[in-house]
Amino acid sequence: MSDITVPTRSSGTTLSLDALSGPAARARKEGAIKAVFFLAATVSIIVSAAIVWSLVREAWVFITEVEWANTWGQNGWFPRQGLYDMPTLLVASLIVTVISMLVAGPIGLGSAIYLSEYASRRTRSILKPVLEVLAGVPSVVLGFFALFFLSPQIVERISRSGWLIIGAVILTGYVAMMVIWVRRTLQREASTSAAQMFTRIIVLTLFVLVGLVMVWWILRTAGSGDAGAANFFQVKRSGQLAAASIGVGILTIPLVASISEDALASVPRELREASAGLGARKVTTTTQIVLPAAVSGIVAAFIIGVSRVIGETMVVFMAGGAADAARFTDSPFEGGLTMTAGMASLATGTDNVVGEGLTFQSLYFVGFVLFLITLTLNVIGARFVRNVREKY
Amino acid sequence: MANTTDTGVSVTDETTSDITVEAPTAAAPEAAPASTPVDPADLVFDVSDLSVYYGDFRAVRDVNMTVERNQITALIGPSGCGKSTVLRSFNRMNDLIPTARVTGDLIYRGVDLYDPRVDPVEVRRRIGMVFQKPNPFPKSIYDNVAYGPRIAGQKKGLDEVVESSLRKAALWDEVKDRLGDSAIGLSGGQQQRLSIARAIATQPEVLLMDEPCSALDPIATARIEELMAEIKSEYTILIVTHNMQQAARVSDRTAFFSVELDEHNDRRTGLLVEYTDTAKLFSNPDDERTENYITGRFG
Amino acid sequence: MALSTIGGNGRTTARVDAEIYRQGRDLKGRGFQYLLLSALFLASLFLITLLIQVLTDGWPVLSERFVDFFTGTLRSRSSDDALGIGQGLAGTFWIAIFVIALSFPIGIAAAVYLEEYASENFITSVIDVAIRNLAGVPSVVYGLLGLALFVATRDGNSTLFAGGVTLAILVLPIVVITAAEAIRAVPSSLREGAYGVGATQWDVIRTQILPYAAPGILTGTLLSLARAIGEAAPLILVGAITDRLAPRGDGLLSLDQIFDRFTAMPIVIVGWVQESGRDQGFGPAAGAAIVVLLVFVILMNSIAVTLRNRFEKKRG
Ligand SMILES: Nc1ncnc2c1ncn2[C@@H]1O[C@H](COP(=O)(O)OP(=O)(O)OP(=O)(O)O)[C@@H](O)[C@H]1O
Ligand SMILES: [Mg+2]
Repeated sequence: MSDITVPTRSSGTTLSLDALSGPAARARKEGAIKAVFFLAATVSIIVSAAIVWSLVREAWVFITEVEWANTWGQNGWFPRQGLYDMPTLLVASLIVTVISMLVAGPIGLGSAIYLSEYASRRTRSILKPVLEVLAGVPSVVLGFFALFFLSPQIVERISRSGWLIIGAVILTGYVAMMVIWVRRTLQREASTSAAQMFTRIIVLTLFVLVGLVMVWWILRTAGSGDAGAANFFQVKRSGQLAAASIGVGILTIPLVASISEDALASVPRELREASAGLGARKVTTTTQIVLPAAVSGIVAAFIIGVSRVIGETMVVFMAGGAADAARFTDSPFEGGLTMTAGMASLATGTDNVVGEGLTFQSLYFVGFVLFLITLTLNVIGARFVRNVREKY
Repeated sequence: MANTTDTGVSVTDETTSDITVEAPTAAAPEAAPASTPVDPADLVFDVSDLSVYYGDFRAVRDVNMTVERNQITALIGPSGCGKSTVLRSFNRMNDLIPTARVTGDLIYRGVDLYDPRVDPVEVRRRIGMVFQKPNPFPKSIYDNVAYGPRIAGQKKGLDEVVESSLRKAALWDEVKDRLGDSAIGLSGGQQQRLSIARAIATQPEVLLMDEPCSALDPIATARIEELMAEIKSEYTILIVTHNMQQAARVSDRTAFFSVELDEHNDRRTGLLVEYTDTAKLFSNPDDERTENYITGRFG
Repeated sequence: MALSTIGGNGRTTARVDAEIYRQGRDLKGRGFQYLLLSALFLASLFLITLLIQVLTDGWPVLSERFVDFFTGTLRSRSSDDALGIGQGLAGTFWIAIFVIALSFPIGIAAAVYLEEYASENFITSVIDVAIRNLAGVPSVVYGLLGLALFVATRDGNSTLFAGGVTLAILVLPIVVITAAEAIRAVPSSLREGAYGVGATQWDVIRTQILPYAAPGILTGTLLSLARAIGEAAPLILVGAITDRLAPRGDGLLSLDQIFDRFTAMPIVIVGWVQESGRDQGFGPAAGAAIVVLLVFVILMNSIAVTLRNRFEKKRG
């Protein structure tokens, strides 16, 4: 068996296995390089594990040691006094979520539809950068803007009647949605099984209940506040949840827009052309064909948007109108602490977080709750995004 | 094209007899004519019972063939019959597809290419590949050709390698004044000859070409065909082509692949139907399916 | 629909003409389009108002004492001549160094592993899920991680090191995801061509994948750097200083400050916004600091976006 060391071409003789097995040093080098890359990839697992571990470790101490009576039904979040009223934070987070999604949802979705369905190449090249710049603005900047502009110029100018008008507009939109849904479902099939009927009744009941809660909340908050103040509301000079919410909403517009745009872009052109070919107008094609086809992605945009909003910290911390403690409030026109702002405010200041008893641990407990909420939302959102991908 | 080695008849040629047995519609095994007795020292590839799978899907089955040195072997057959798949298994390019799996024996000059100790990198340095679509790297012409030698560790004498490779690929005169220009700017035909130059710069023993002319116009195709005839004395060439005239013009031996529908799972598996001297295959094929294909009755 | 009613009837023909040439006003369509446009208009309005607000607040400070403002430090009175963002700039500079030194190599390497090496197995899918979910974890939670890992009880050792590493971890998933996307866009013909002439996997990565994916990777890294520079919440959690920080004698590049208390540009802004309740003059100072921060961040983002668009266009 003649071993060919110099690869002489056309040598018809047989080779030895060694000639084709390559130098061992090269194999070792390749293996080492692969190992290094693999280690880099495992960092993400380590970080995930470290996050869960650090959250659970301290949150567990909190859960096991806290006086549970102090976490519910107290009149506010006063961690340094050992009062950890969760509803205070949760309700504030809910208010911020609702209001900021009312800003980011329609504006983000509208922008996405315009950019994807209507804008010419030129308009797009002018308008798209607006969203891109907005996406890059740090949240502290929005905090500043919310506190020094949105709060005095917009929120404080909304009078009681102004708030009622806004509420009426929102409710009208909500009722319109409900009516459309009812008409759609009635049109679709005349005969339905009992099970279908049952789920529909439940959905409808939920629709109505949420609507009633909204009416109650708008009326209630419109009546809240201090009659003697310059405007109807008890306005804190240092901002209020509504201003912070609008700021968070602005921050979230680009996110909602970009996920929605991806969803719209994944709708095949043939669908649009087929519809146009049947003589449908653009608006009909868009609302009847494109939007329903992209609905999964749009839902994902909203869900991921909500997750982002709940996790946003600095805007609420700076413009939310509360210091390191907050009284319970369900009015957007008062100061409050969301879960995130509550954490940030605990951590600022010159002294240690380790104040009263479980203050340090409460930080991790709130963080853990926040982590679970956003994780759930992101997982659901990712599932919706995948739906779109699989469909087309 | 006259086949210079078309002299003897061998009844012991395993390849031919295998195929005849395997072809169910063919008549009873008859003596396979027109085959050269193979000097084992001239044997470059000896393939037996080769099957290639993508996951559970068997793309090609039971390929048996031998390839001799300094010959041009053409692989023809309808689309999807696994020509590329077989060709890519000859230099272990299929390793790059995670699901691909090979069974059977593929002996290259006495060494089983799929022996676990064989390094595919080493295999590919000896068995080069030219692809269907010209795929120049986004680098200069010079760097494209010098790419192989460089990664093999060669630092000196690159200029000579580049020049001789480009000369062999019949591209030198067209590009010698702009070796520093990007290869992306070349025409399709030039790009394909550059791919050939890039492949022969590593001084391979075998060249695998997967439809090298399918993206080219007739003139560029003719140049590549000429080129193959010129470099044949130095390399063993396997070429996949859809162009039967091309196969007839350039190759010494031709392998005809076909597909067979599996009723159970509705998947199409490729198989080697007939493998013999080109002249015979195109004038007097043994198998009915070959006949149908070359006369255009089956696509 | 209208076509079926054509039959020498002039009125119908006119209507068809109108339909075709859109003379019959498509009110609903118009309304819808303007509604959509108003969404974009509102977004632009927000952005412009924001920029104007920041500029009008911050400009006087910048134009009056441009140089002093850059070298100055955190002070208790807004009228103090030594008030400035020097310490913030230093902190942010070092945070950027941490991100460049940690997130970029680890993130790009992880992306290369996922796209080029990883086979479909359990560990790969775990890594994949981990990265995807990390990208959605709120930034405060990273702050909690940094607090637990580096500071523990915050007994005075909240250092620039803790802040830098925390932010490096925060942007790591962004780097991985964008780099992986760029690598996925490398045409497989380049890979095959290189493997076909006997390149090893590392050769292919080194000579084909990374050079081709470089612009995309650069875009991702720039975006993540901009994100890290503007991020405040995790730094607050690990204990960046918002009120007063004793000035250091040594320069920007001194390594000692890595293990010292620190602040950063966004933290300076937060601190001054909070102080503005007590001392109004801090508002404009915060505005001026924002102008500086925005210049950096928007510049980086624009370069990144331009780079991406340029290469998307070039490669079709
Ligand atoms: N990467 C892959 N994964 C799964 N199946 C594959 C893959 N590549 C090829 N196949 C399948 O294997 C079969 C053979 O494909 P192959 O590309 O080898 O055919 P071919 O003869 O070269 O066809 P063509 O003449 O069109 O190039 C086909 O059914 C094809 O769908
Ligand atoms: Mg093929």
